Amino acid sequence: MAWPALIAFTIFGVIPLFGVLYLSFSSWNGLSETIPMSGLESWKSVLSDPGLPHALWVTFLIMALSWLAQTPISILLGVFIAKHARYRSVLAVLFFVPLLLSQVAISITYKMLLDPNFGLGAGLGLEFLQQDWLGDSTLAVGVVIFVVSWQWIPFHSLIYQGGVRQIPASMYEAAEIDGAGRVRKFFSITLPQLKYTIITSSTLMVVGSLTFFDLIWVLTAGGPGDATRALAVDMYQRGFKATLMGPASVIAVILVLLGLGLALLLRRLGGRDATESQLEGA
Amino acid sequence: MTTTLDHRKSGKAAHVAPPPTSRRPKLLQYNWFGGLAGWLWLGVVIIPIYWIVITSFKLQADYYSTNPLVPPANPSLENYRFVLEHDFVRYFFNSVIVTVGAVAPAIVASFMAAYAIVRGSSVSRFLRTVNGVFLMGLAIPLQAVIIPVYLIIIKLQMYDTLGAIILPSIAFAIPLSVLVLSNFIRDIPKELFESMRIDGATEWGTLWRLALPLTRPALVTVTIYQGLQVWNGFLLPLILTQNPDKRVLPLALTAFQGQYNINIPAVLASVVLTTLPILVLYVVGRRQLLSGLTAGFGK
Repeated sequence: MAWPALIAFTIFGVIPLFGVLYLSFSSWNGLSETIPMSGLESWKSVLSDPGLPHALWVTFLIMALSWLAQTPISILLGVFIAKHARYRSVLAVLFFVPLLLSQVAISITYKMLLDPNFGLGAGLGLEFLQQDWLGDSTLAVGVVIFVVSWQWIPFHSLIYQGGVRQIPASMYEAAEIDGAGRVRKFFSITLPQLKYTIITSSTLMVVGSLTFFDLIWVLTAGGPGDATRALAVDMYQRGFKATLMGPASVIAVILVLLGLGLALLLRRLGGRDATESQLEGA
Repeated sequence: MTTTLDHRKSGKAAHVAPPPTSRRPKLLQYNWFGGLAGWLWLGVVIIPIYWIVITSFKLQADYYSTNPLVPPANPSLENYRFVLEHDFVRYFFNSVIVTVGAVAPAIVASFMAAYAIVRGSSVSRFLRTVNGVFLMGLAIPLQAVIIPVYLIIIKLQMYDTLGAIILPSIAFAIPLSVLVLSNFIRDIPKELFESMRIDGATEWGTLWRLALPLTRPALVTVTIYQGLQVWNGFLLPLILTQNPDKRVLPLALTAFQGQYNINIPAVLASVVLTTLPILVLYVVGRRQLLSGLTAGFGK
């Protein structure tokens, strides 16, 4: 019964994984019938290209800063909506809406909102909003991180909400008897108990951030200059814009290795088996 | 989910073992800090969405002359009419075909695989390997394999068809769906399977009459989640189609923005129209989606 799923995933998931390694030794232009092999040429050209360290840096920057922005806010919101109060559940419903919008829709919206001449800043006469957000290298990276966080904080706060609800009330009761205040309880009970939730959420954030493409492409197309040219954008530009599938495949292989490496690293930190049952003793 | 295991592993709180009903921390006093942060975040979330909606009802002239956060004095459906007259309906149906065409087979295949894995892993090395492949698949980003996928689609002579988007979408919906569904099926008590077998039910019978009804919340969850993914997908349509006839909504949005970027209210009307079906789905299936997501990812 596992065959249909296995076949589908093998054709478009597993074979391409090896295919991309194969293509990284080719000089295919994406159009020709035959795929000319060129050995290590693509690898040499990519690894000696200063564009690669830059793309890695941009990717790392977006990964690290969006993690830093998202994690504390998601934990606080998760703790907040985990308590059972009607207005909080209403808030939680609304919080989720950004996740429903496509990254394309979100990027187009923010592009318009941040337009220095016709956007929100100009319309409201707010000086600080009237900057050339997407035309300035530093600001553009900031905008990408903000928009990413805007979309994904709701999702991660949901994960934290689930985590918080699993913490036994008796731990809090015991802490209260010992005279612990709210802040103390947060740092001594909530946060340590959320350890595995933090690892899960961080894994999704970090590995996911390697693949940001739609959002960056529509928002900045990697620009201004190459300020937001993260790995996935770099791969698209090399492969489908410059028709250099060999070098683009090299970038893709690097993406896979980074993704697997990061996932394994974070898994080691967690030290748990994801296939274990959720039920105790099952 | 997490803590039951944590306790067992760490041992430090193993004696607690609370009954499920007492797990919720009590609301003792009003949390001013949390409340403030919550409402603040609501503002961050809602203002852009509010702006999209009200602006989509503004006339173009008003857009440049009025305060962006004030609702239009004379709400107009002009932008919606404009968008609907410009092939929006075709793109909409392309998106519907792609989404249904990808999600339905993906969920059926994933459910069967999840069932087989849960029921057979203890005796079958093959099924354990299959499960390993899917778990590994969770870490394979679509972006990383898009070039070979493009090559395969060309070799299959499917470039520039809706099928070109559908087939890879099915494949990439499978790993996560299998994970979530197998987590649910694994929690079905073994005794139920045993009694079905004693009653003489086949594996298919057990799958349909026992696992399917008990897994329904998870099935709804993964269906909504994967539907969302495919509906909002951009990379596959961008790379695997070319003809405007084959555009799906996210692609149409970018094309639309390029063509009519002076007409901002019209672009925003198309954003609203693109999101509306998902919003309806969310309102209907919200509880399922949220509970399923926490169960699927909270591990």
